[in-house]
Amino acid sequence: MPVIEAHALTKTYGELNAVDGIDFEVAPGESFGLLGPNGAGKSTAMRMIGGTSLRTSGTLLVNGLDPETHGPEVRASLGVVPQTDNLDPELKARDNLLMYGRYFGLPYSYLRPKADELLEFAQLTDKAAEKVDNLSGGMKRRLTIARSLINDPSVLLLDEPTTGLDPQARHILWDRLFRLKETGVTLIVTTHFMDEAEQLCDRLVVMDHGRIVAEGSPASLIRQYSTREVLELRFGSERNAALVDRLRGFATRIEALPDRVLLYAEDGEESLAAVRRDGLEPVTSLVRRSSLEDVFLRLTGRSLVE
Amino acid sequence: MSATTVRPVGGGVRGWFAANSSGNVRAVVERGFRVVGSQNWAIIVSGFFEPVLYLLSMGYGVGALVGDVTGPGGHPITYAAFIAPALLATSAMNGALYDSTWNVFFKLRFAKLYQGMLATSLGPLDVAAGEIFMALFRGLLYAIGFTAVIAALGLATSWWALAMIPVALLIALGFASLGMAVTSYFTTFQQMDWINIVLLPMFLFSATLFPISAFPEAVQWFIMALPLWHGVELMRQLSVGHFEASTAVHLTYFVALSVLGIAFTTRRLRSLFLR
Ligand SMILES: Nc1ncnc2c1ncn2[C@@H]1O[C@H](COP(=O)(O)OP(=O)(O)O)[C@@H](O)[C@H]1O
Ligand SMILES: [Mg+2]
Repeated sequence: MPVIEAHALTKTYGELNAVDGIDFEVAPGESFGLLGPNGAGKSTAMRMIGGTSLRTSGTLLVNGLDPETHGPEVRASLGVVPQTDNLDPELKARDNLLMYGRYFGLPYSYLRPKADELLEFAQLTDKAAEKVDNLSGGMKRRLTIARSLINDPSVLLLDEPTTGLDPQARHILWDRLFRLKETGVTLIVTTHFMDEAEQLCDRLVVMDHGRIVAEGSPASLIRQYSTREVLELRFGSERNAALVDRLRGFATRIEALPDRVLLYAEDGEESLAAVRRDGLEPVTSLVRRSSLEDVFLRLTGRSLVE
Repeated sequence: MSATTVRPVGGGVRGWFAANSSGNVRAVVERGFRVVGSQNWAIIVSGFFEPVLYLLSMGYGVGALVGDVTGPGGHPITYAAFIAPALLATSAMNGALYDSTWNVFFKLRFAKLYQGMLATSLGPLDVAAGEIFMALFRGLLYAIGFTAVIAALGLATSWWALAMIPVALLIALGFASLGMAVTSYFTTFQQMDWINIVLLPMFLFSATLFPISAFPEAVQWFIMALPLWHGVELMRQLSVGHFEASTAVHLTYFVALSVLGIAFTTRRLRSLFLR
């Protein structure tokens, strides 16, 4: 049985279709991503999965149950990391974990050692007695993530988990999430960072304006919608657009951005050499592998992070 | 509010509970007690002193001017003894409404406390019931405190005055349940101000500071439809241990208000907490 089955899932706010009829399934133990720019409807979809936002139409099953009619039961096996931290500012760090566990109806005999273990996991052991307001943004984020694990969830919903974390903390978190995944936890991650999606997700859907525009593994999406390599050329902002027609012959596809021109090609170095042979000398050039960013650009004509 | 059509949840009463509750109200109450110490003491203390200050200034200040007034059953009582029970009823109302409207609105929209709670196996019913319980608990402390002040000043002349404490809770329950339902319709702080626009005149005209006979009959009928008047009259009768047929009417009014308020809040629960 899939962990999540969404069919024609829709959420409307007034005139706006925040989530506009999306279909997806998530298998147990899978690490599934919702990738899309701000406003794509990722958080709204996450809230509907947790049953804390009522859908406008469509069907949704989480572990075989409708979160709208069995919210408490569905959430008992869910861990939720919301996009914006909502720690309890009136409680200290460790008490945040304990009280949260109490909301699940768990006994203190289980919660005390579990809270200590999670503080260790979040590297916050020495902050246990600190008021939440005195923690840095990164610490709050880690505490929120630790809190989501208090009930040993089988499904973890992470809404932009690494927003506000420094690069080192991000990598540590990714590592922790990998380890959770190894223990069989299903991860559902939203992000607008393509590197995060590539790192964390076995499979993902690309969302834009409430719709799913593509689905697949990071590698297959890149294969399907982009070339192996990308040649980035800068000729100076006024010349970039003017040169597009002349560059067209050197690549499978071209994207002209305000600050640079992207040439999609199987072999970037070879294209660069050909461009130079044609007498064009870019101010800077860079050859890199295609990423999900390129997939997104191809699908929507826009960048993921604006 | 939101355009979401709230689908009926299946399976009758049991289905409704499965959708809205894990039966763990206790955890919400536990959190409430845990944070009592870190709450805004200025608000808590002022909630207790406000009626005391009214009683001292109006009761004895204005009381010196007006002398005795007609109390329940036509017996003369001092002006302070006349307004003291009314102030208790008003403070029960104000406390309950503050907790169920402003406090709920703030925790919902700004502190995001309920979002955190509702991401667990708690349901909206658990959160609402826990918060109303905490509001009643605070109301209980105020009621005990103010009743003690009334007794110490010699303004209560019957043991029945002790019954003002549970009745204060009943008044608080009626207003808290109604207040929470009404809050579900609000989206901005500006709209919340309407609550005060309703409350202040209700306080001033519900026979709190002078008898209802001061008004023309048509106005009297209007006032007698308002909840606070029933609370005030009920408290006043208890304070001197005078009962008549109207006592039962006042009591019934508040039992009915509580039942309707709870039913109303229950209906609005999902609109309030799940958006
Ligand atoms: N409570 C709400 N009321 C009205 N509009 C909302 C609400 N929540 C989200 N939206 C709108 O729905 C769209 C999708 O938002 P969201 O799900 O937060 O996107 P994402 O998480 O992908 O950035 C946005 O246009 C947002 O403004
Ligand atoms: Mg979001």
